Amino acid sequence: MSENTGVLVHCEITGGKLAPIATELLGAGSRLATELGQELSAVLIGNDIGGLTQEAIAYGANKVYVIDDPSLQYYAIEPYSMVMEKIVQQVLPSIILLGQTSSGRDLAPWLAFRLNTGATMDCMALEIDPASKRLLMTRPVYGGNAQAVQTCRTNPQIAAVRIKAMSPSVKDDTRQGQVLNVEAGLDSASLKTRVLERKVETTAGIKLEDARVVVAGGRGIGSASGFQQLEEIAGLLHGAVGATRPPCDAKWVSDSQQIGITGKIVSPDLYIAVALSGASQHVSGFFSTKVIVAINKDPEANIFKVAHYGIVADWKAALPAFIAKLKQII
Amino acid sequence: MKNIIVCMKQVLDPEIPLSLFHIDTEAKQAIPPKAMPPVLSPFDENALEAALKIKDVQEATVTVISLGKKLNRVVVSSALAAGADQLVLLQDESFGDFNTYLTANAIAAAIKKLGQYDLILCGLQASDTNTGQVGIGIASILGIPCITAASKVELVDDKIKIEKALADGHEVIEAPSPVVVTATYEVGALREPGVEDFMSASKKPITIWNAGELGIETGNTNRFDLVKMYQPAHEGKCEILEGASSEEKAEKLALKLKEIKVI
Repeated sequence: MSENTGVLVHCEITGGKLAPIATELLGAGSRLATELGQELSAVLIGNDIGGLTQEAIAYGANKVYVIDDPSLQYYAIEPYSMVMEKIVQQVLPSIILLGQTSSGRDLAPWLAFRLNTGATMDCMALEIDPASKRLLMTRPVYGGNAQAVQTCRTNPQIAAVRIKAMSPSVKDDTRQGQVLNVEAGLDSASLKTRVLERKVETTAGIKLEDARVVVAGGRGIGSASGFQQLEEIAGLLHGAVGATRPPCDAKWVSDSQQIGITGKIVSPDLYIAVALSGASQHVSGFFSTKVIVAINKDPEANIFKVAHYGIVADWKAALPAFIAKLKQII
Repeated sequence: MKNIIVCMKQVLDPEIPLSLFHIDTEAKQAIPPKAMPPVLSPFDENALEAALKIKDVQEATVTVISLGKKLNRVVVSSALAAGADQLVLLQDESFGDFNTYLTANAIAAAIKKLGQYDLILCGLQASDTNTGQVGIGIASILGIPCITAASKVELVDDKIKIEKALADGHEVIEAPSPVVVTATYEVGALREPGVEDFMSASKKPITIWNAGELGIETGNTNRFDLVKMYQPAHEGKCEILEGASSEEKAEKLALKLKEIKVI
């Protein structure tokens, strides 16, 4: 084993602030670094981000590596993977943590192949093996029907971590740390891909990924018009409507509303599952929800094994009464 | 004539009912049920559809590569029926579902052996291993760029134009060929072949290569030790609210959500 040491966390930035996943990774990284008796470093990549270094320190980083460059304003795989590789070669960490996000899903495998090591994706739990001191990484396999725990034989051990799977660290503004500025050193001529256009779309209503309440329907809803009642509930609870794969395939709802391993991963406070059986592929998409509620007429449906509260009822009879009651009490 | 390569994995049906799903905890893998044949991984079907959409509008040859210990010929041949021109099967005893490094190396070696490629398409991730690394690995080994999570792919002259969905919008990226692109469900579902498509598929060429023919190392290539594999135990603590009718149960449910303060 090489002499790599320490934990390096890639801190994503959104809207000029550390993204929630960054504080979650700093939380996990602090715990692992403490257990190993090693240092926690953070890497910040972006444009005009100098103001965020103290925040990364307050969340637990001992050292913060900053690559601040106008060309890094937005994420793109080529420049970001180049600067990440540069930092990793400089720091030589034993563990690298990234988010299971659009950038982490690119960077973790890219670094693994470039550095001749392995990346473990979509980690839900991270522990240090007491005997070997290697990182035990738990992730869903077979569409969430099973979980695998694995260790990486080589360094650095790279893990992409699911959003909301880790507790954020407690912010302490009195903490001290070291800030190291690193030149991006990008040669624009060496970049092969070019972003021609970037459009930010403001979705009407609340985005599925951000929704505090998700109301999801399955095959049992039977039609596009059936989903209107789910829309009404979502409207009342300031939530968003999701679906399993069959309603998307049948075009009752848009493809972008699919929740599951092959669709979107959500972590709301409340998930209301209506007329859906609870296939693992779907359940994996909202695994870390605080309260799961099931409405299904089949008492044997798998969703009742996952749910916290449930009613065995035909949704066509239940939803109008549910909506009427909600209007009274909220 | 453009050459498009699509990488497709044969997987255990991700829609398998939980009652049919069992883990061999010794071997640390799923036991394939006899009652359910494997399927092509859903995102890989989107990748093939992206290739066929290009072939709809311009001259192109679509080659599907599939890798496994032992591939179900009927399942992989469905890619030919859907419209692919030829199939390259990489079969070897050393190939497994959980060795990303070996898989990417074997496919990259096969692509080099084929020689001609303008675009390589993969699914965003396989539905069994759920990792999404092979496409990026192939790009890294071949020394070409990779654009992930594409919702639309077009070949324009010698450039490739890719639309990619972002969390808060989308972007359009231009890459020189060759490039690896991974596809999401937003590309669209794979077209359904007709009866005559199955007839003509049986005449299309199938090439089979093993690790030796690919000239790759297979010994001790895995980067990981699989410590264990298990089925997560659900708490099974669902509180079922009772009532005389569906309506009454629904009202109780609304009140319960208010009581526990989630609404």
